[in-house]
This record gives sequence, C-alpha cells and structure tokens, in this order.
Amino acid sequence: MSVIIDRRLNERNKSAGNRARFMRRYKKQIRRAVSERIGERSIRDMATGGEVEIPAGDISEPRWRHGEGGEREIVLPGNREFESGDRLKRPQGQGGGGGSGDGGEGDGDEDNFTFALSRDEFMEIFFDDLELPHLLRTEAGDITEPAYERAGYTRDGAPVNLSVVRTMQQALGRRIALSGAARRRLAELERLQASDAVVDVESDAAVRDIAADAVEWVDADKSSFADVSADAADAEDTAESADADEADVAALDDATTNELEALRSRIARVPFLDEIDLRYRHRVQVPKPVSRAVMFCLMDVSASMDEHRKDLAKRFFTLLFLFLSRKYERVEIIFIRHTDDAEEVDEQTFFHDRKTGGTVVLSALTLMHEIMHERFPADSWNIYGAQASDGDAFGVDPERSRVFVEESLLPGLRHFAYIEVCERPERHRSTLSSAYARIDDERFAMREVNERRDIYPVFRELFSARPTRVPA
Amino acid sequence: MSDATNFLSDGQDWTFELLTDYDRAIRQIAVDEFGLDCYPNQIEVIASEQMLDAYASVGLPISYHHWSFGKAFISHEQSYRRGAQGLAYEIVINSDPCIAYLMEENSLPMQALVIAHACYGHNSFFKGNYLFRQWTDADAIVDYMVFARNYVSECEERFGIEAVEATLDACHALQEFGVSRYHRPAPLSAADELLRQREREESARQRHDELWRTLPAATDVDDAVEPRVFPEEPEENILYFIEKHSPSLAPWQRELVRIVRKLAQYFYPQGQTKVMNEGWATFWHYTILNRLYDKRQVGDGFMLEVLTSHTNVVAQRGFDERGYGGINPYALGFAMFTDIRRICEAPTDEDREWFPTIAGSDWRETLDTAMRQYKDESFINQFLSPKLIRDFRLFAIGDDAGRPFLEVDSIHNEAGYRRVRRLLSTQYDRDGLLPDIEVLRFDRDRSRSLTLRHRQHRGKPLGGEGKKVLWHLQRLWGFDVKLETVDENGEVVSVASVGSGG
Repeated sequence: MSVIIDRRLNERNKSAGNRARFMRRYKKQIRRAVSERIGERSIRDMATGGEVEIPAGDISEPRWRHGEGGEREIVLPGNREFESGDRLKRPQGQGGGGGSGDGGEGDGDEDNFTFALSRDEFMEIFFDDLELPHLLRTEAGDITEPAYERAGYTRDGAPVNLSVVRTMQQALGRRIALSGAARRRLAELERLQASDAVVDVESDAAVRDIAADAVEWVDADKSSFADVSADAADAEDTAESADADEADVAALDDATTNELEALRSRIARVPFLDEIDLRYRHRVQVPKPVSRAVMFCLMDVSASMDEHRKDLAKRFFTLLFLFLSRKYERVEIIFIRHTDDAEEVDEQTFFHDRKTGGTVVLSALTLMHEIMHERFPADSWNIYGAQASDGDAFGVDPERSRVFVEESLLPGLRHFAYIEVCERPERHRSTLSSAYARIDDERFAMREVNERRDIYPVFRELFSARPTRVPA
Repeated sequence: MSDATNFLSDGQDWTFELLTDYDRAIRQIAVDEFGLDCYPNQIEVIASEQMLDAYASVGLPISYHHWSFGKAFISHEQSYRRGAQGLAYEIVINSDPCIAYLMEENSLPMQALVIAHACYGHNSFFKGNYLFRQWTDADAIVDYMVFARNYVSECEERFGIEAVEATLDACHALQEFGVSRYHRPAPLSAADELLRQREREESARQRHDELWRTLPAATDVDDAVEPRVFPEEPEENILYFIEKHSPSLAPWQRELVRIVRKLAQYFYPQGQTKVMNEGWATFWHYTILNRLYDKRQVGDGFMLEVLTSHTNVVAQRGFDERGYGGINPYALGFAMFTDIRRICEAPTDEDREWFPTIAGSDWRETLDTAMRQYKDESFINQFLSPKLIRDFRLFAIGDDAGRPFLEVDSIHNEAGYRRVRRLLSTQYDRDGLLPDIEVLRFDRDRSRSLTLRHRQHRGKPLGGEGKKVLWHLQRLWGFDVKLETVDENGEVVSVASVGSGG
C-alpha cells in the first residue's frame, strides 16, 4: 500500500545554505555587478534590492563535451520539403551540437547569469566593508524610545488582543474541573442502572477524551498547568460537597433517577465559554535605548549648480542616508540650501526648486551650527555633515568657511564630507577646495565627483573601513 | 445517471482522503489488472518552494552542500518567479520505497495523473529496467546521501569550506567519467561506507611512521628497472582511477571523490533511459486513467483536464517551429510504447514485415520485455517503426565540418527508414554525447605523470572548456597531467598538458 505524507510544513529553505555558498564564492563578481548598476539607475530603486547580472562564463562548470567540427548526423522531426541529397546552407551562429538530444550544452556562454538579491543582501554587498568613521554610537545621554514588548497574558484587554488558544485552554480546564466529577458519577450510575451490565463506555470515554485533550493543551504550556489543576481541585471540592448533599436525599429507589437528572442538568449548566476564561495578550511599554543620527545636507544652489550637478549631489546624499540608516536606528535629515543666504528647506525644494543669487558658503555653515545647537545636542545625537558645491566662492568667504568648519563645526561632528561636483575635471582647484584642503582633521574628507559613475567609488573611498582612531 | 455513484469524487480540490482513494483505484488497475511490478510508494505532498529545493539537489531528497546546487536553485527560482518556467508536477526518486513528490498546487485530476505517472509508471520502470537493477541500489540511496551529506560537512569543519569546495569542483568536472559501464558496482550501504572510511583512516594513521622519512633517496632506480606500463588496460572510470591511485590526495579527498563517483554511478541509468522511462510512465498514466474513465470512476470534466495536460506533455514541435527544443522524450517514448501495443494488437502488413516476432503477440508481455531489457539506444534501434518515422516526419541531416553545406542524409521513405532509425538511435548513445576519454598511463616509477587518451569520434574535437577540466584533473592528481587526442586510426592529433606548476 502507498503511504501518503504531508510534507508541506517541513523546512522550506533547504537551499539557503547552497545559495549562501554561491554568494560567498562569487562575491567579487556580485559586488562588481552591484556597483555597475549604480551607474545606471536611481539610488532609491537600489534600496529595494533587485536583480543583478554576472557573466555566466565566470560561474560555468566545465565539462568534457564534443566540440564543433568533425562529422555528425542529426535527426530532426517535422520534415516538410526535404528529399535525401538536398544541400542546405549551414545555419550561422548555431552549433552543430544542438541535435544531440538534451546534451546540456545549451547553458550559453555569452548569456549573463541573472538573479535577484533581497534588499538586505543588496545593502550588505553595497556597503560591504564600509565603516562609519569614528563610530562612537552615541547611545549616551540615555536616549530611549518606548517600545512594546510581550509580557504574558492578562484577564482583560482589547478584543483585538484576545488569545484564542489561551482562552480555549482556560475554558477546557474549567469545563473539566466543573463537570468532571459529575460526569464520572453519571457514568457510574448509568452503569449500575444498566441491569444487563453493559458498560456504558461512551460517557466515560467522553471524560477521558476531554482529559486527554486537556493534557495536550497543558503540555503546550507548563506554566498554565498549575492554574488549571488548582482550579480543577477547587471545582472538584464543590462538586463533591454537592454530591454529599444530594446523597442525603437519595435513599429511595428513585433517588438514582433524581440524581441522574441532577447530574445531567449540572453538566448542562457548565457553559462552553465563560467570561472568566478570556485571556488577552499582554504588552507593556519598555524604554529601549536607541542610537540616532542627524545628517545635514548642505548644498550650493546658486545659478552655476545646474541639474546635472544637483543630481550628482543628490546621489551622494542618498548613499550617505542609506548608509547611515544601516548603522543607526533613527536618522534625521536636515536640508540646508544656500546662495548668498541659507535656509532650511524640505527635500523637494532642496533638490528641485530654483533660486538665484550669489554664493556665500559661510551662511550655510552658520545655519547648520545654529540648528545643531538648538535641536541636536552633541551628547545625544551623532551628527554628520555633507556639503556639495561646485566650489565657487569669492573673497574672504572660502577662508572664513574653512576656519568655521575647523573650529566651530568639527568638534561637534562625527564626520564632515565635502563633495565638489564639476562636470569635467577642472585643471585648477576651486577656491573653496583649496581653502578646505588645509583642514587637517581626520573627521574631515573631501573629494571631487565628475560623473555619475564616480559617486560610488568616491563614497567607498570615503568610508572604507580603516583602523578607527578615537577622536581626541 | 446511476453510473455517477461510481465516481470517486467530483470537483477540483484534493484532500488526503481523496488521494488515498485515487491511489487505491489506480493501484487496482496498475497492479491487479495490468500487472505492473512496483516498489511500495511513499507519496509526499510538498509546496512549490520545496519543489524548487528538490530541483536544486538534483532531485534527491537530501544532498551535500555545494555552491553549484545554489546556482541551480537560483536559476530555477529566477525563471519560475518570472513565469518563464513552470514547475514539474512531480519528482520521483529511484528509491525503495519509491518516493514521489506531488505539488500542493496541483488540482485533483493532476494529482491522479501524477500518481499514475510517477508512482506506478516510473516506479515500475525503476524496479524492472536492467540498467537500474544493475547500477543502482534503490533501497540504499537515501541512507547513502545522508552519509555523504554528513561526511562533507564534517570535512568542511575539519579542512575548511574552500578546500572541500575545490575538491568537489574538480570531481564534478569529471563526474561523467566516474562511471564503470561494464561491471556492476558493489552495493551501496551507508553503514558499511562509514565503517570502511573509518578503517582506512585508522590504518593510514597506524601505518604512519616517521622513520620512513629518514630513508635516503633511492639512487639507482632509473637504470635498473624497465618501467612497466600501468594500468595494463586503459581505465574508463577516471574518478575511480584517481581515487585508487592518485599520488597526492589526502584520505578525506579520496572519500569525496568516491562520493561523487557513487552518485554519478547512481544517475548513469537515468541518462541512458530518458525516452524509455518517460515514455513508459506517460503510456501508463494515459492507459490507467483511460481505464479509470471506462470504469466510470471519473467523470468527463476530470478526463478533459487530464487529456489537456497529457496533450501538452506529448507535444512534439517540428525543427523549424517556435519553441522547438529537440526531440521530446515524452512524445517519442509515449508514441513508441503506444505503437508497440498497436503492432501487437492490430498489425499491418508493414508491421509483419518489420516486426515479425512481436506482431500479433501479447502486448503486455512484449511491453514488459521492452521495458526490462533495453535502454534508449537499443530500444529505438529495435522498436522504432516506419509508421512513427512517418508520423514524426523524421529526417537526418549530415554535417561534415569539411564541407561548406549540410546535406539531407535520409528522410522518411522506404530507402531511409532503417538509416534514420539507426542514426536516431546512435544519437542516444553515450558516445554521441560524451567524448571517449580514458586513463592510458600512470608513470608510477618516474614522473608520476598521468596520461589520458581522447579517441576522437568521427573527427570531433574536444569542446572549448576541455582545458579547464584538465586543470581540475591536475588538481586531483597533483602531478603532471597529459591529454592525448588520437584520431580514429590511433594517430596522435594533439596533446594538451597541465603541469604541476600551473
């Protein structure tokens, strides 16, 4: 006979180990594929994971096969017009081996091997071995946020939290406790009454079934066992005392019948579900420490910053944001744009609104400093700054900005990155970058970005893991 | 109307009770009426993810870990998610009891079809066909795989994932050359295997003696002894030769070679009987379910769904049609078994001339013999009838690299039948698929180099990745490895070699 087994509940992810081995082995190729994709698509899409391609040649498993050439015959189905002896042109670009059944050669060397990465895998590779500089996660200041945690069960709560399983356990226990003794007695009496000594197994069996069920329930959670058995003991006492009362009355012949009646109605009176059975999942709020960061995005939006440059800047900011989100539970972003005057704006305005005017870098830096002091005390926030500009600055502005960054901002920051966006490599240094170049602080970094495809390498360069030095 | 009470069920959804009912009804027809001889069945219902997992581990319920299975899994998953590929309705394993996986998504008629196909069709083929009987141990394979899995992961712990992976990669590259075609392998047993492996390791440990290393190097070996040719006969089972004679493998690596070799041996019959195996199973699901319908145990709707699916399975597209993917083994196999039955039951004059021994004989006996005693190559050579050649409109194309054009060799006509049949049958021969490579010489006394011989089959050179396989072989061998290619007259055409330095 056949055996039929339901395996649907077995482990589903048997191949996870093999998949992980594949990923580990081809990490290099996968990473290359990931960074190539960044050149092509918007970074926000990337954050959802997605498909990557790696060259099939790299992952092929070589086998010995017949190569092309030599003589062979191929048998094909579906002849319509050929006669033997007909000569045909050799089809181009198609190996002769195609006819050999399912020779398995068809994997195709040129095709790329495409597969999907989950968001986490993607980010893992994306930011692989990048490390936040000076990551002293400021959990200090005991920043806490209330978080809900499970804390057992309670007797009252909102219907949405009703634990059906637990409630039914309680009900079952109560039913056994309140009617078990009566059922036993009932079974006994019925047995006596049946003069031909046919044992009425049914009710006995019913009690046993219920008890067996109860044992299963209780096994599932030992903690409730004490409750149930205590309840049961209580109930049995009451049941027995009731029995005793009734026993007084029962000396007569029809006493048995009366008792039977009484027992039956007693059993019937025990409700299937009672209000006292209800159990609710209990959740309590506990304070949890969180690490949080704030990221200041500073951008020059004067006329010389065209869409292309803004796009480069945006990509850089987005990368930084994704990266920070991986390291901190909460990341706030503050957008500051400036021409000759700085203002705090929302994201939409930041990237897409036009504004005209001159350029005063210092104004943005001062505003950042003000906001930091007002809203983000350094002892409870990890503060990051990123500035994007085309580097045009005039007069004393670059020099004063440098001094401000070095003396006022950096002491309170984890890191400050300056990105100069220019469309083509410019021979000479911009005024701002030559001033910034003199900043000597390991929390400060500056790079130049010309093309979309530079963004990711530059980003990696800025954050590649290096021995962390504790800031002074 | 009264017939309707016979129906096993109506409706699309299956339940475990219904599966049992159908299995019983199918068994009654398959075993009691048609006399199929089967292993007991173990039918397992699984979800689609689990089916993907089963695909990836080459259809076995359990396998050792290796990245290539991960690669297979990823590519199946990818094409399944995109809808480019449906999943098989079932997977069946040549084991005793015969394990068959049924997908939970299948409708009831599909489950019935799959039970008839896998649990009685494939099952009886596994039990009856001579290749499976000789080369596989159905009752031991699952245990053996458990042993292999544990052993591989133990090695990974002891010697590192990379080292194990490198060895397995090399073995996989030579997998097809780990089969002994001409003598039956020793039966598999996981317990024996474990014991034997422990003993070997232990004896190697005991025999190890530091003193041997202090012996002075022999100086006069070279001139004194005429080096003997070893092996005396060329060895076709390359992995076997490596396992037994490689001068450089560590004991655990030998065990890995052995595991891959045993697996290759287990899968060898499947590659040789694709047409027959699928044809046999398809013929039986078709026959059994029709019988079920004739007995009025299932209704019209049920039968229509079964037939739709059956028709898709046995569709054969012409070579110039869209979606042509070679000759469909289901189509060819099904057509051939059906045709044999026809020849037995209602032979024409042509059949009498071509198949004098089976025309008019008992079809069940004839089919049974065909199933037991043939493999694809011989089966086609023996039983492909002119009628089928006409039905499939088969024709042969000659492709000689020396000429600028292809020539139609023969077609489905009186002059061509025999030749088309012979050519098609050689297409399923192992030599048609794999180059003929064997171990020729092991220079035991001097360089320890290994020489292989590739005998060209009608001038066909070795495929592009041949050199890479040689690297893998060299990794297992540890010393110089040489591959001589000879033409049909035995003249050396080319020599490729990989030294122990590279």
